[in-house]
This record gives sequence, C-alpha cells and structure tokens, in this order.
Amino acid sequence: MIVRGKVFKYGDNVDTDVIIPARYLNTSDPQALARHCMEDIDPAFAGSVQPGDVIVARSNFGCGSSREHAPIAIKASGIACVIAASFARIFYRNSINIGLAILECPEAAEKIEAGDQIALDFDSGVIQNITKNEQYQAQPFPPFIKNIIRHNGLLNAIKNGGTNNE
Amino acid sequence: MGMTMTQKILADHAGLPSVIAGQLINAKVDFVLGNDITGPVAIQEFNRSGFTEVFDPQRIALVMDHFAPNKDIKAAEQCKMCRDFAGLKNLQHFYDVGEMGIEHALLPEKGLVASGELIIGADSHTCTYGALGAFSTGVGSTDLAAAMATGKVWFKVPPAIKFVITGKLQPDVSGKDVILHIIGMLGVDGALYQSMEFCGSGLANLTMDDRLAMANMAIEAGAKNGIFEVDDVTREYMKGRVQREYKVFYADDDAAYSRVIPIDLSGIEPTVAFPHLPENVRTPKDFGDIPIDQVVIGSCTNGRLSDIRIAAEIMKGRKVAKGVRVIIIPATQAIYKEAMQLGYLETLLDAGCAISTPTCGPCLGGHMGILAQGERCVATTNRNFVGRMGHTQSEIYLASPAVAAASAITGKLTAPGQLKEVSI
Repeated sequence: MIVRGKVFKYGDNVDTDVIIPARYLNTSDPQALARHCMEDIDPAFAGSVQPGDVIVARSNFGCGSSREHAPIAIKASGIACVIAASFARIFYRNSINIGLAILECPEAAEKIEAGDQIALDFDSGVIQNITKNEQYQAQPFPPFIKNIIRHNGLLNAIKNGGTNNE
Repeated sequence: MGMTMTQKILADHAGLPSVIAGQLINAKVDFVLGNDITGPVAIQEFNRSGFTEVFDPQRIALVMDHFAPNKDIKAAEQCKMCRDFAGLKNLQHFYDVGEMGIEHALLPEKGLVASGELIIGADSHTCTYGALGAFSTGVGSTDLAAAMATGKVWFKVPPAIKFVITGKLQPDVSGKDVILHIIGMLGVDGALYQSMEFCGSGLANLTMDDRLAMANMAIEAGAKNGIFEVDDVTREYMKGRVQREYKVFYADDDAAYSRVIPIDLSGIEPTVAFPHLPENVRTPKDFGDIPIDQVVIGSCTNGRLSDIRIAAEIMKGRKVAKGVRVIIIPATQAIYKEAMQLGYLETLLDAGCAISTPTCGPCLGGHMGILAQGERCVATTNRNFVGRMGHTQSEIYLASPAVAAASAITGKLTAPGQLKEVSI
C-alpha cells in the first residue's frame, strides 16, 4: 500500500487525552469522535485534515489511557498513517488491531516538519519526504503483526485462523 | 537463561517451557475486564465479527464505573449496552451502580484476580493487579473482544527493569510517593514495553494498598506491567478473598534485566507530579506557593480504605480552607461502608468534604468535579495531562492522600509536615 499526503507534526508524549478528550467518550461513533480528534492539542486539526494526510510525532505517541477511541478517531479523521519515534504500547496494539497504519522511525520523526509532503510504502517501510527530497527507513513489522495488518485487524485475522503463531 | 516473574507467568499461560524477551506468544487469559467506555466498543466488535458465545461467562467482568452513575443520556446508553450484553451472555461478574466500585479496586477486593494469573483489561490501569503477583496489563477494546471470544491474547514478551526495595517509609509517605519518585526517575516512557519487577527486603514494609497504588501507575512510566514478588503480605490479603488454588512464580537468579534500580524507601519524601506530566515530580522544598481550587481523593490509584483513613486523620478537627472544594470518592461500596463504620466519613463531612459514590468520574474529566479555566486541583489520581480533568488551561497536581488532605486544609499545595508546622 502506498500513501501520499501532508504532515501534521507533534512533539513527545502526545497522550490519548489530547487525541480524544474523555468528555467525548460517551460515544463510540467513529465520525463523531473524528470531529474532536486532537482538539486539546491542535484545535485546527479536525477542520483541516484531508484523507491521506499523515501524523508525525516524536517519542511515546499515544501514552495514557487504553481508549481505542484514540486510534479510531485518528483513522476516521482520514489520517492514513502515524509515524513516531516510538509509540506507547497500548496505542501500538490498538492501532494494529483496528487497522490504523503506524510506523516507528526515529529519523523521520526528527527530520519531517509540519506541512511536508511525504509518500509511504508500507511493504518496504520506506518513507519519502517529497518536500525535502529525503528518504527514511522505518522498522519493519514482524510477520505475526504483518499478518494482522494483512487481515485488516485482529478479529478478521482470528476469524481466518491467522493469529496462531505457536 | 533464567526468566523474570512476568516471563514465567507468560510461559505458563502460553504452554511453553520458557520464553525470552521479544518472543511473540499466544497466551491463555484467566480473567478479562471491560468498563462502560471500553465495553461498548468491544461488544460492537464482538457482534460485528459474528462471534456468538463468550469463552467463559465466569471469567469476564464488566464494571460500570467511568461515567456511572450515568452522567448523561449517551453514558446511560453505553451502560445499557453492557448490561444487555451481560444478561444475554450470562456474565457472572457484571457490576452496576449499587454493587460496583472502581474496577481496579473492586477486582482484587472480590478475589477475582490472584497471584500467578494472567489478566487483561480494556483499561490502562489494569496493571494494578501486579501488586498480587499476577501478570496484568491494559489492552484496547478489540483485544477485549478477541479475548471474550477466544480466551486468548497475543503478547510480545517484555524485558524487565528490576527494583530492589530496601528500608522503611517515613511517616506521611506512602506507595503513591514511591511510584511518583520512580516515574520522576524513569520518565513517562522510561519503562516503555518493559515490565517493572519489584522485590527486596523492603517489600515487607509496604502494605497491599501501597503496592496496589504502585503497580497501578506502572503504565505512567510506559510499562507493560508492574509486578511484586509474593510474600506474607500478599498471602494474607488473598486469604479469604481468593477461594481457588493459585500459583506463585519467583524470578530465576540468572534472569536478565535491562536495568537494576535500588530504591531505599527511607529516603523518599512526599512527592508531587506537577502539570502536565507524571514525571514532573517535586518534593516539598520545591513546592513553591500553589493556591488550589479543588482536591480529589479517590480513583483506582488511591481510593482505598487506608487512603480515606489517612485523609480523615489529617482532617480530624480541622476545616477545609475557604474556597477549596474537596471531593472524597471511596473506590468501592465495601470501602465506603467500612469508612462509614469507622467514622472516617463523618470526620471528612465535618471538615467540609463532599463524599461521592464510587466512580472514576473526575479523574478522567468525565463528571463529578470538572475544572474550569485556570483552576488548580491536587488529586490522588494518576494522570495530569493537559485537559485531563477539564479545561485545557486547568492544572492537576498528582499527590498522595496525605498531601491532598494537608493541601485541602491550607488551600495551597502542602506536605503533611508543613501542615504540622502551621498548626504549632
């Protein structure tokens, strides 16, 4: 899968409370959540994000609560991928489990700036910065996780017998 | 190579003789947990995927604690979805208003989690049960749906940081101060993807409530789980609560750790995390002058009986400072009743506190104590992120019950020791 879009850039420790504040957790409707995505860190986000855009952040993206509403809101907002130097572990699992593409790449997190146009190839993990004419290599996923992604989420993978790695 | 406590529990539940850090495994779960926020998403996913039966109606808890008692119509609908699902699937551990408590106080209290077991919950503070020597960790709603259907969950086996605890806590210092001290040392991603394993001679000086508060906040250092070596304190706590056989796993002598950190309990002072990260810790000499508007004593971290007792002891015969709103939230119905019988609630009422029914409420900015722009709160909760308890320009100071109670009396951020100086 290849994605091309513009970048929204954030710093370290973007927590799930700013990704989707708890005051909106009285619904699980993805579109309703997307309307408030990133509201407490970037009020302009929901109004300006376009399908295919990419979030780039530094370390520990998605720290805090286990709310799956966070990756659901990001996915429903149209964001095609989140790139970070590192992810908080529950956010990492949740993203894979619901089919939100994520890539760990400290170099990309360091060098990509807000507004850059980038292109991603998930199979190779290659991130191209079209604006800066640079290229970065993300960590590849292990086969077990690639398999969940290939089935578009954990439950589909289970239904198709795809998580048995023993 | 030897295994850590966490690795031994994971190997046991994956049916493997041994595991190593980084290995991906499919493990059997002993118990799974959801609440009124994460439950509905899991139920929708469970149904949408075409699952019809749960793996074991005895091993699933749904606890209505976050926005319950229902804060609005949407919250009421979410609880109703959980209630209907629990009825339909005959779930034996559905806890509603009147018998519920904050989930991570309730499950240990009812003996639903025990040493050596593997528990997942769709709530990040599920790591609390490591206090009992269990492996427990937070997951999302899709993992909850998958575990409800299959009784299994995938994990990457974590490496570990070992904390060797020695010494004895000073008066007015509790487990909350210890874990805030540790998070300040590690940073909020200092234990990312790892287990935090607590052992050493000082464990004997930590009560179960201290340990529960510490394991609870392992996630605030990014950890997958926190786990305490089982000792007499653990066994005594489980006696009368856990009716089934349980296993105890000790780390091998040659287990590998990414770091070994000694912690001398006697050197730890009252510790407060300043806005807006749990790692921004300060001790009393650096508190400065922080006038406050609200105090919350409760949550899955510090809403237990000893927390209410500490608050009552400090507030006995004193009054809450004018202009400060103090909200006390006993974490379960049983804690509420015992605090009432022991006279703690009367003491707190006389001091000018409001007492709430059990709920997560204000901790996550849900209801029952939301902050306005510019307001400051000293809270015994676990997160002080931007906007966590209300307005994005409000501030949360994470503290122990002792610091929270002392601050309620003076109207500004105060350590209990400083309070004594004032009263003399």
